[in-house]
Amino acid sequence: MTGKTSNQKAWLFVLPVVVLVAFNALIPLMTVVNYSVQETFGDNVFFWEGLRWYEEVLHSERFHASLLRQITFTSIILLIEVPLGVAIALAMPRRGPWVPVCLVLMALPMLIPWNVVGAMWNIFALPEIGLLGKTINSLGINYNFTQQPLAAWFTTILMDVWHWTSLVVLLAYAGLCSIPAPYYQAAKIDGARGWAIFRYIELPKMKRVLTIAILLRFMDSFMIYTEPFVLTGGGPGNATTFLSIDLVKIALGQFDLGPAAAMSLIYFLIVLLLSWVFYTLMMRHEER
Amino acid sequence: MRYSWIVPTFYILFLLLPIYWLLNMSFKTTNEILGAFTLWPQEFTFNNYLKIFTDPTWYNGYFNSFTYVIINTVISVTAALPAAYAFSRYRFLGDKHLFFWLLTNRMAPPAVFALPFFQLYSAVGLFDTPIAVALAHCLFNIPLAVWILEGFMSAVPKELDETAYVDGYSFWRFFFKIFVPTITAGIGVAAFFCFMFSWDELLLAKTLTSVAAKPIAATMTRTASTAGYELGLLAAAGALTIIPGAFVIYFVRNYIAKGFALGRV
Amino acid sequence: MSGIGLKDIRHSYLRNPKSDEDWALKHISLDWSDGGAYALLGPSGCGKTTLLNIISGLIAPSEGRVWFGDQDVTEIPPDQRNIAQVFQFPVVYDTMTVYENLAFPLRNRGVPKGDIEARVREIAAMLDLTDMLSRRASGLTADGKQKISLGRGLVRSDVNVIMFDEPLTVIDPHLKWVLRSKLKELHQQVGSTMIYVTHDQTEALTFADLVVVMHEGTVVQIGTPVELFESPKHTFVGHFIGSPGMNVLPCEIDQGAPILAGWKIEVETRVEQTMGGARLEIGVRPEFVSFSSDGIPVEIVKVNDAGRYRIIDTRHGHIHIKLLVAEDDALPSESAYIRFDPAHTHVYADGWIIDGNSQ
Repeated sequence: MTGKTSNQKAWLFVLPVVVLVAFNALIPLMTVVNYSVQETFGDNVFFWEGLRWYEEVLHSERFHASLLRQITFTSIILLIEVPLGVAIALAMPRRGPWVPVCLVLMALPMLIPWNVVGAMWNIFALPEIGLLGKTINSLGINYNFTQQPLAAWFTTILMDVWHWTSLVVLLAYAGLCSIPAPYYQAAKIDGARGWAIFRYIELPKMKRVLTIAILLRFMDSFMIYTEPFVLTGGGPGNATTFLSIDLVKIALGQFDLGPAAAMSLIYFLIVLLLSWVFYTLMMRHEER
Repeated sequence: MRYSWIVPTFYILFLLLPIYWLLNMSFKTTNEILGAFTLWPQEFTFNNYLKIFTDPTWYNGYFNSFTYVIINTVISVTAALPAAYAFSRYRFLGDKHLFFWLLTNRMAPPAVFALPFFQLYSAVGLFDTPIAVALAHCLFNIPLAVWILEGFMSAVPKELDETAYVDGYSFWRFFFKIFVPTITAGIGVAAFFCFMFSWDELLLAKTLTSVAAKPIAATMTRTASTAGYELGLLAAAGALTIIPGAFVIYFVRNYIAKGFALGRV
Repeated sequence: MSGIGLKDIRHSYLRNPKSDEDWALKHISLDWSDGGAYALLGPSGCGKTTLLNIISGLIAPSEGRVWFGDQDVTEIPPDQRNIAQVFQFPVVYDTMTVYENLAFPLRNRGVPKGDIEARVREIAAMLDLTDMLSRRASGLTADGKQKISLGRGLVRSDVNVIMFDEPLTVIDPHLKWVLRSKLKELHQQVGSTMIYVTHDQTEALTFADLVVVMHEGTVVQIGTPVELFESPKHTFVGHFIGSPGMNVLPCEIDQGAPILAGWKIEVETRVEQTMGGARLEIGVRPEFVSFSSDGIPVEIVKVNDAGRYRIIDTRHGHIHIKLLVAEDDALPSESAYIRFDPAHTHVYADGWIIDGNSQ
């Protein structure tokens, strides 16, 4: 960005932020790294283990299984939420008295505490007393998300779609609203019709906001914990045990500090790496 | 596309359905919930809400949650303002790396920090206080606030700063009297997101508290597992948590369409 | 194809317009002949963009009809009117190359590939874009992108009218004249009718054969640049065109001649008595006011140096009069008197000129 002046005193401006974030980031991370290379049997006695925990985690079937579930979940989520969000944004009028009302209602799911989201969907999907559960079962389909893995996946995914699609809608909508009228006018004159307008005008102009949306949804769905935990507890069995849920089980449940720490770092690195890959792919497309 | 309004309408109905069901449950007695399946309470009852309003274990939960959310929002936005200004206006040693490092914290899975935070905040004696949760949430909210504010600030032309200096303003006077008013939309959006994340988040809030500063989310989950599912009560508690959110959205409703793209559209 | 006809066009953006102000276009009837270069000139909000969009079909007028030749096109959509429009900022399809941008309108109309190739290259040559054809359109500078916008209009051989809506707004000042000359050159080459909307009088006066001056939703005057300069039919035209604009001075009438603050002013047209209580004004351009040995006494208030000439602000009582003086000419040192050139002094009633012809 042009126009920035060089000023080393700027460090004073960023100091509060650095202190607050570093306190929360560096110290815990150091702790985690510390645990990840040691073994303890309690009483604050530690033994150096080197990379043993990392190897153990990376080779563990349990980790592979959780990772696979997580990747599957995130992929399905992205494949549903992004096109759906864009479609809804496209269908919304750009102007008019109902627009603010619609936007407010759409944003509502995102401001509900995550455990309430899980509890709400729990109540909603229970086979006997939940509206969704009862309705599906009365259609002749045997549906019980507390016992059937497929039903659990279906409910979890539906819950996340309900919860977060609005984020994509709002971002896409903001992007669409920023397209100046002359673009549509020129397209009219050039004889372009609906699909061509979407492909050559709307989609390119939405690129930046869609990148933000996809990145945010990717990151947050990869880190998801509370909602599925409250909804299914990670079950039935471990059918919906995603990475975070598994990690918390190991760390806070079993207090296996070493493996938990190693898994934490691997987890963090995976998110960083994939986010970076996503980001670069999308940005490179724009620059060329 | 005359009938395109059908799509948003159906979507909104879909969104409202589980909320309606929650409200429905909250006005029913446990007997009715488990006994019959009704779309509307046969025996309409306020008991569940009454319990929450009169039992300190319950209403303190809301109190505690509010406390740390507000503390966190204030801290995050206040700290982020000068930092965002620095990123927007100045070049300094390591600025790009610092900015990038901040963003990576937003990508940190909270689960990774559950145990370390527990130990850290216990060690500094802040365990079970609202300030602990407020500070912990800073890890995720400050980078976001900085990122949002920087976007809005960069849209303000530098000429504004320069004119103020020429006119003899001291830096802080310029910052608060002239600059900040131009980015109120940005501050609103940043505060909105900080509130949203802090209000929503459960894992860390639960891990760092036990009794004194227990957030409503923790109270609800405890009830769910121990008392054998008092569904009506749970539903009422849940319904009440929606209200602050609705309130906040209403406040920023004018910015939602435009400001939501974080100034970077 | 022959000219453009606008009959009784009125347009309001409100669904139920009540007062006069609710109408963006109050009443327009115009006839333009084929192949001319026209400018729609006026300040922001005068309705010129609205009028342009009505001609191109992007807006349907609240009232009135639009004729292209002897065909009523009022109901016909823009892509079937054989028009092209260039907007205020460049509209290019970012994901396509320059070539694909130019080919786009033809592809949408199902033109065979070979013809597309030939036509695109022809237009690219005309616009000096040939060596950029394979580049991504988003990588060009603003003037390059505007050329692409223009090119998309030219590439269709059935285009009869090209419209420009303040196309030089985002172009760097030192490139504006390059593009302006290019447009003039193109007009001579291509020969289609061109309508140029602007609020910049220099652009309008240099581009157009005929300028349509608009003010608050009506056409105030149509004329050649010379006509607009020398005989503005409305005080607004006099004021808007020319830099500095025309002096507009309140006056009275006595025995057919205007009286300015007690001084009789010589004009060429005889004015009828009183004109029924209308607001009377004298209009004379600073170019046609000069210092003399006698005439209206004035006090020199300010001297502005404008390069080759100087703009003198003078005052007679509370009336301000501007005149131009060549840079080397001496200014009167003590008492100054000014005269108006009778051939270029006009009288206006309620803003409209009183000339030998009825108004």
